[in-house]
Amino acid sequence: MSTITPLKDRDALSTWAADLKTERASGAPVVIRVSMGTCGIAAKTTPVLEALQSEIRSQQKESQIEIVQTGCMGLCHSEPTIEVYDRQTQQSIFYGNVKPEQAPTLIREESSQAFGVDVLTQNWYRPEETDADVETAQARIVLRNTGRIDPESIADYVGTQGYAALANVVTTMQPDEVTQTMIDAGLRGRGGGGFPTGVKWQFAAKQPAGEKYVICNADEGDPGAFMDRAVLEGDPHAVLEAMAISGFAIGAAQGVVYIRAEYPLAIERLELAIQQARDCGLLGTNILGSGFDFDIELKYGAGAFVCGEETALIHSIEGLRGEPIFKPPFPAVEGLWEKPTIVNNVETLANICAIMRRGAKWFRQIGTEKCPGTKVFALAGKVKRVGLVEVPMGTTLRDIIFGVGQGIANDRAFKAVQTGGPSGGCLKTEDLDTPIDYESLRALGSMMGSGGMIVMDEDDCMVNIAKYFLEFTLDESCGRCTPCRIGNKRLHEMLVKVCSGRADMRTLEKLRQLSDTIKDTSLCGLGQTSPNPVLSTLRQFRREYLDHVMNHKCTAGVCSALVRYDINERCVGCTLCARNCPVSCITGAPKEHHEIDQERCIKCGVCQQACKFHAVDKH
Amino acid sequence: MIQLTVNGFEVQVPEGSTILEAAKAAEIKIPTLCKHPDLPPTAACGLCVVKVEGMPDLVRACSTPAQPGMQVETHDPEIVNVRRTLLELILSAHPNECLTCGRHGACELQELAKDFGIREEHFPSLRRELPRDDSTGCITLDPRKCIKCGRCLEMCQEQQDVWALSFMERGLNTRIAPAGDISLAESPCVHCGQCSAHCPVGAILEFDQTEAVWEALRDPTRHCVAQIAPSVRVSLGEAFGYEPGANLAGQLYHALRRMGFDTVFDTNFGADVTIMEEASELAERIRSAPEKLPLITTCCPSWVDFMEKFHADMIDHFSTCKSPHAILGTLTKTYYAEKEGIDPDSIFMVSIMPCTAKKYEITREASMYASGGQDVDISLTTRELTRMIRQTGIALENLNCLELPDSPLGEYSGAGVIFGVSGGVMESALRSAHYFLTGEDRAELEFEELRGLDGIKELTVNLGGHDLRVAVAHGLGHVEQVLERVRQAKLKGEPMPYDFIEVMACPGGCIGGGGQSWNVSNAVREQRAAGLLKEDRVQEVRTSYANPWIQQLYRDFLGEPLSEKARHLLHTRYQPRPEYLR
Repeated sequence: MSTITPLKDRDALSTWAADLKTERASGAPVVIRVSMGTCGIAAKTTPVLEALQSEIRSQQKESQIEIVQTGCMGLCHSEPTIEVYDRQTQQSIFYGNVKPEQAPTLIREESSQAFGVDVLTQNWYRPEETDADVETAQARIVLRNTGRIDPESIADYVGTQGYAALANVVTTMQPDEVTQTMIDAGLRGRGGGGFPTGVKWQFAAKQPAGEKYVICNADEGDPGAFMDRAVLEGDPHAVLEAMAISGFAIGAAQGVVYIRAEYPLAIERLELAIQQARDCGLLGTNILGSGFDFDIELKYGAGAFVCGEETALIHSIEGLRGEPIFKPPFPAVEGLWEKPTIVNNVETLANICAIMRRGAKWFRQIGTEKCPGTKVFALAGKVKRVGLVEVPMGTTLRDIIFGVGQGIANDRAFKAVQTGGPSGGCLKTEDLDTPIDYESLRALGSMMGSGGMIVMDEDDCMVNIAKYFLEFTLDESCGRCTPCRIGNKRLHEMLVKVCSGRADMRTLEKLRQLSDTIKDTSLCGLGQTSPNPVLSTLRQFRREYLDHVMNHKCTAGVCSALVRYDINERCVGCTLCARNCPVSCITGAPKEHHEIDQERCIKCGVCQQACKFHAVDKH
Repeated sequence: MIQLTVNGFEVQVPEGSTILEAAKAAEIKIPTLCKHPDLPPTAACGLCVVKVEGMPDLVRACSTPAQPGMQVETHDPEIVNVRRTLLELILSAHPNECLTCGRHGACELQELAKDFGIREEHFPSLRRELPRDDSTGCITLDPRKCIKCGRCLEMCQEQQDVWALSFMERGLNTRIAPAGDISLAESPCVHCGQCSAHCPVGAILEFDQTEAVWEALRDPTRHCVAQIAPSVRVSLGEAFGYEPGANLAGQLYHALRRMGFDTVFDTNFGADVTIMEEASELAERIRSAPEKLPLITTCCPSWVDFMEKFHADMIDHFSTCKSPHAILGTLTKTYYAEKEGIDPDSIFMVSIMPCTAKKYEITREASMYASGGQDVDISLTTRELTRMIRQTGIALENLNCLELPDSPLGEYSGAGVIFGVSGGVMESALRSAHYFLTGEDRAELEFEELRGLDGIKELTVNLGGHDLRVAVAHGLGHVEQVLERVRQAKLKGEPMPYDFIEVMACPGGCIGGGGQSWNVSNAVREQRAAGLLKEDRVQEVRTSYANPWIQQLYRDFLGEPLSEKARHLLHTRYQPRPEYLR
């Protein structure tokens, strides 16, 4: 790796990048990339890494194989994952569920396929590097480097055109040209709102010169969404570079990354990246001799969901209670410390360098007319291949769930997909062929949100799902305004009633009415969207609600109060169920038919699992 | 001016107005529980939602700017229904104990519940048991009743810059408390009571001490003395249907006598004494200790507490003179007791004040016991006296408006009257300081520049050849700026920007005090101030030194202003105090 020295100007950066290329070409012919994001580490990738390293030593292949620790590759379904990349042929093989004991085989085979290890198909391409591939649904712009480079090495980033966009912007462009490029590109905020990023920049740029701020919103709070963490852990410099570009565009000299303290690895890598960028003269004063000054600091969030809302986020940075306030004034006019401020989320920022490198026209070729570019989704739930996926806007839900995700796990039937996290809604089979963008999802009663996508099958109870999401909002409401603070609690009470079979038709009517009131009268986005899971399930899965209310039945068998376990005539009196029952509510002498005391049964289902004779029915 | 229509009526409002203000201009009342007329919107309660043509969702009238051509609908059946639902939600999380609540009959939530005809509870109760905080002995905080409107926080944090109160926890558990879950007494609270004056419900009230007063009145061995602060007379009537600013001094003396007080004095006389001492202090510092300028007034106990907690480096600049009611308390138990031959220990001294902090002041320091015992036994707020009058069944309109206070601590000058309004202490002091410096009466007694509700008022006055630069600040949030100028000048060794500074903790001065009648706003403050300024104008004697009863007091008892006896009885000491006790 090259030693880090401050770069005087743009040429110094290009020279360094060229040197790195030469250095790479003469390096080891095979690279093994090991997915070392928080998720990978949690899935025990470290022993795999260590085994690979020690195997290289023992097989004396140090000159043939280079190991690179990368961020998350997005292949959560098969962690630990590694990629074996051959520099000559430029071909990769992805292996999943790698075990330390497979290291000898993997190292021995180098770039040929190692038998006995799960091979994964790579189903993405990088639009910046290759042309569209009809075979692959995924297009990686945001995740371009994530899982490919060593996030702790600025050289790795510079080696893949890193900081070239910033160099070009600060040395050859005017701030309004940068803003115009963003407006032309039509990039929309990926945090969920979908507001055109360039227009936001323009508001702030138009404010009188003086103190201004750029904030990166890295307070990723949606349950199940982790694309921002993946980018920060896998490609931190891309975010820093984009922040510097946005600072240049609006005339800000200071950037703040508001990151949740629950992301220690992302924080560590960001801190390191900031230090490296400063050492290289890519942050700080007079960047690349252009006269532009820009620096970045980190602020930690305490993990409040509402702090993802920009005004609440700004309050939190200022040391105040994280509460949203009424807009206008918008932060672009009066934000952090009452100065013009733009707040962009991590995924939005991760698009910017690519736009600056390849231009607005190129960007518009990807995605749809109204929503150019891609969107990263955290695909989770009952799908076969859970993980991070990045697809062009306009891809259908079917392509994501049944293409990239390879359909529903365990041969169950697809029931619904929930998008937009706790603020979103549930979509049915009929909606699967809708090309997704901000508007189409909203039209279906859901929303894009930050990109959580939870797939549900026939074993999921939709009333229970709505209750689950509402519990999240209930915990996360800041408590400032009446409808969100008290109203959501009331909705939750009604859903509990439905789930326990105590509701009547009036409850359903009240549920809908109160949801509408909360939507209409809440102060911020959190409250305004909190009834969405209720409203969308009420609309799309009304049958299930009616089943709970009229028939006291939960078809999915999830709502324990509506489930009943009975022992049928197959019982041989083996006593296994009675011995396993945690509340000892099963009685019967050995070799005689057993009975469940329904009063005391807690519907845990242990008896059914324990029975070897299929003698326990659930209905 | 912009033009818009509200419920079909054309209205014109100044640019920057909100929809709520536009509706008000069309004489349409939109209900709200969180928006106070003088404070920025917190947009919390949601009751003020309205429909605007072309906007997909309901918007909050309190915080949405009126735009030209806007078509606003404020009260269609759908909106009314939404409001009812929100109101029911609020009520379901509010204790159902109106009958025993201190705001019963004067509660903004109760009023709306009445208007909306809410007769049954559609939501199960979510009431949460939380302890009451009486620790200050000045205000009572009952977080169970809080509806999270945020008005008290706006007052405590932004307007008063004290930051004693904050919201704790979140979601449904959100509650109001001093940060860190300490008691109010352990917090930076300076007892100004502005939180209680702005609370729409009974979550923050004055600490009620009426029972102790009734007990003394029932005790035949006690000689009960009452004194009324200047600003109480122009605010108390509001609770009885009088306009703000209606001066009920005569009725109040009469009522207090009817309630059983043996003697009724007037704090205005104490104010005259304060001026004698403070103006002498000023004259003395101008003559011989200019390094101790600017002199800063100390009549306001909340301000004193604030200074001791946050600006202790200014202690040397503080006037050592006690506040008017404290002085009157001392004099009652010394001068008056001596003169009338009453055992001072048998005297029960009750101050009727616009203020919650006076409850704290009467025991704050050893000098508050200068008479040998506690100089003032109980300090009541305007609101507590209102209740006592009601309990006695007294109809104010039937009382004698010409009733007079008792001598020798009752007859006052116009200078004493205006103590109750921001700028008044300064104005009165300047009247007397002129005399002390020149030996002559000043022709021009009114200082228009020092009146009104601007947060900081400045003026240069020529007093016998001295150009005196004075500043008046009210609302603690405005003090910082004034003191910072003094501090900077000190640091840089530059000439002081001011010679004399008046500070009152409450916006508008005592007329806007934390213990005054409910529903205070700037409009009400202005009316109350006008009531006091009017009384000053009709007084025969308008300067403290010319008050014959003051002259008698000094001749017979105190000697000179700042005499040893005066210093012992009428002056106090200050000490730095920690902001947090825990």
